[in-house]
Amino acid sequence: MAMTKWNNIKKSTKSNLITFGIVIGFYLLVQILSAAGVMTNSFAGQLVPICAYVVMAISLNLVVGFLGELSLGHAGFMSVGAFSGTLVWVSLYDTVPHWLALILAFVVGGLVAGLFGFVVGVPVLRLSGDYLAIVTLAFGEIVKNFMNAVYLGVDSNGLHFSLKDSNSLGLEPDGKILINGAMGITGIKKASTFTIGFVLVLITLIVVLNLINSRSGRAISAIRDNEIAAKSVGINITRYKLIGFVTSAVFAGMAGVLYSLNFSSLVAKKFDYNTSINILVFVVLGGIGSIRGSVIAAAILTVLPEMLRGLNDYRMLIYAIVLIVMMIFTRNPKLVAWRKQFTDKVKAQFVKSKDKSKKSKGVA
Amino acid sequence: MALLEVSNLGIAFGGLQAVAQLDLKIEKGHLYGLIGPNGAGKTTVFNMLTGVYKPTEGNIVLDGRDITGATPETISKAGIARTFQNIRLFNDMTVLDNVKVGLHNQVKYNMWTGILRLPAYREKEHEMDRRAMKLLKIFDLDKEANYKASQLPYGKQRKLEIARALATNPKLLLLDEPAAGMNPNETEELMQTVRSVRDQFGIAVLLIEHDMNFVMGICEEITVLDYGRVIAHGDGKTIRNNPKVIAAYLGGD
Repeated sequence: MAMTKWNNIKKSTKSNLITFGIVIGFYLLVQILSAAGVMTNSFAGQLVPICAYVVMAISLNLVVGFLGELSLGHAGFMSVGAFSGTLVWVSLYDTVPHWLALILAFVVGGLVAGLFGFVVGVPVLRLSGDYLAIVTLAFGEIVKNFMNAVYLGVDSNGLHFSLKDSNSLGLEPDGKILINGAMGITGIKKASTFTIGFVLVLITLIVVLNLINSRSGRAISAIRDNEIAAKSVGINITRYKLIGFVTSAVFAGMAGVLYSLNFSSLVAKKFDYNTSINILVFVVLGGIGSIRGSVIAAAILTVLPEMLRGLNDYRMLIYAIVLIVMMIFTRNPKLVAWRKQFTDKVKAQFVKSKDKSKKSKGVA
Repeated sequence: MALLEVSNLGIAFGGLQAVAQLDLKIEKGHLYGLIGPNGAGKTTVFNMLTGVYKPTEGNIVLDGRDITGATPETISKAGIARTFQNIRLFNDMTVLDNVKVGLHNQVKYNMWTGILRLPAYREKEHEMDRRAMKLLKIFDLDKEANYKASQLPYGKQRKLEIARALATNPKLLLLDEPAAGMNPNETEELMQTVRSVRDQFGIAVLLIEHDMNFVMGICEEITVLDYGRVIAHGDGKTIRNNPKVIAAYLGGD
């Protein structure tokens, strides 16, 4: 009975439910492992970054897989989200309840990143071609270099801002330096936990999957598939490109907040070109346009380098080999066909055994 | 007053006058043909009518509303839909979703309704599914609703394009070589479909076609273009016997 219901559900909904199942299953598994005390410290330390990168991968996949554009500076949005969210957290920590400060940090981080997404997107998304890739690449570098040079302090006179050094802020004795140039924000009270990360991943999944399977999402996919045809049926191209891109930037910003509140200090250097490319690697390996693939690839490829730490020099070599193997496994047409055959066989077997059990019930 | 009135329409790309002094008058519910040798400027006319190109001179008036130089989006909302000479489907989307994209401005709900799955979402999606399936059924595509558009055979892709165009609820449908690459049986079937679409939806159809059996068999009025200018106008019989048309197609002086 339950099975027939399962078969009646739309294919896309089914696939989404499986994705949620994997995420929730992983969360429960980690809870059980940690309760049983068999989880290593290094793995426990990776849990929040895993969540942050999963959110980043989903966010970037929205741009690459559904908008059909390339963003090479996604870490830039993560960075502006991280800095603005962390500032909110640091400055509200003593004045409002922690849960409220935390929520505000995420909201502000997301909104600021979304605003930057809008500012970058408005001129660039009017053009078709590879312009977004070029501009986001520059955006990521600009954010990194700017945040490296920024000094921000607060005292009884208000906020002080400088691009030179911390002395030029001219703070009163009671003043506090908020952002200290290349040293970034220090003395952050850690707030991110695996549960918060898990909730953020769930929210990201719900919003992104619901968006994709709605009128707006179809418009976005239609633009990706054929911009001229999309125009011809009356879709406002710029508007829907912006919706997709800004949504993506908002979640990148929130991922940044999650990431930065997991450490006691936040530096701009972390969100550089390499981070952007790493996230792109998650998306490409997980399968462009496959949200579930992004989730799995981001999780595995975040943990892997840490797990291989013991192998020292061979670490990056093995990482590279794993990348290549994954690439062949997900892309090679023959292997894809073989995998499909295999799953079909398993399914057929499953149906058979179910029929048998039905028959035997009928006889009984 | 006619549904579409085009007067003195022209466009120049740099020094090249692609279309000049074009007049068209299409009545409601008419089947109208636009023919001419390769490079005569037929598709350019379509591109001007749908806002892909902005005309450099002349006027386009649809149902009393001046749409000269408007954006494709505005023109689609005003009531002109089209298909393309080289099929342009949303290949990675399902057949059903292709038509639902066509319904974009017919059944509306905003982004938040979709993201938060408010009650209106179910209702509107339901309405979209129902309307899309109805259109697919007309073109005998309902069994392939969950296929990807790219998986359809060529002839069905052409039909899907027409279904998607009809989803926008147009007053005027532009078909750019709908019978290209079809065998005689498919062409015959397509003629029936185009006629029945006209009757069911009460819309006018303007079509470009090289298959003369198709054009002569279906169009009530025909305009012939050559080098961007109208060289003849009338019903099938008049056109067939016009010496200028024969010269344009077969060459000669």
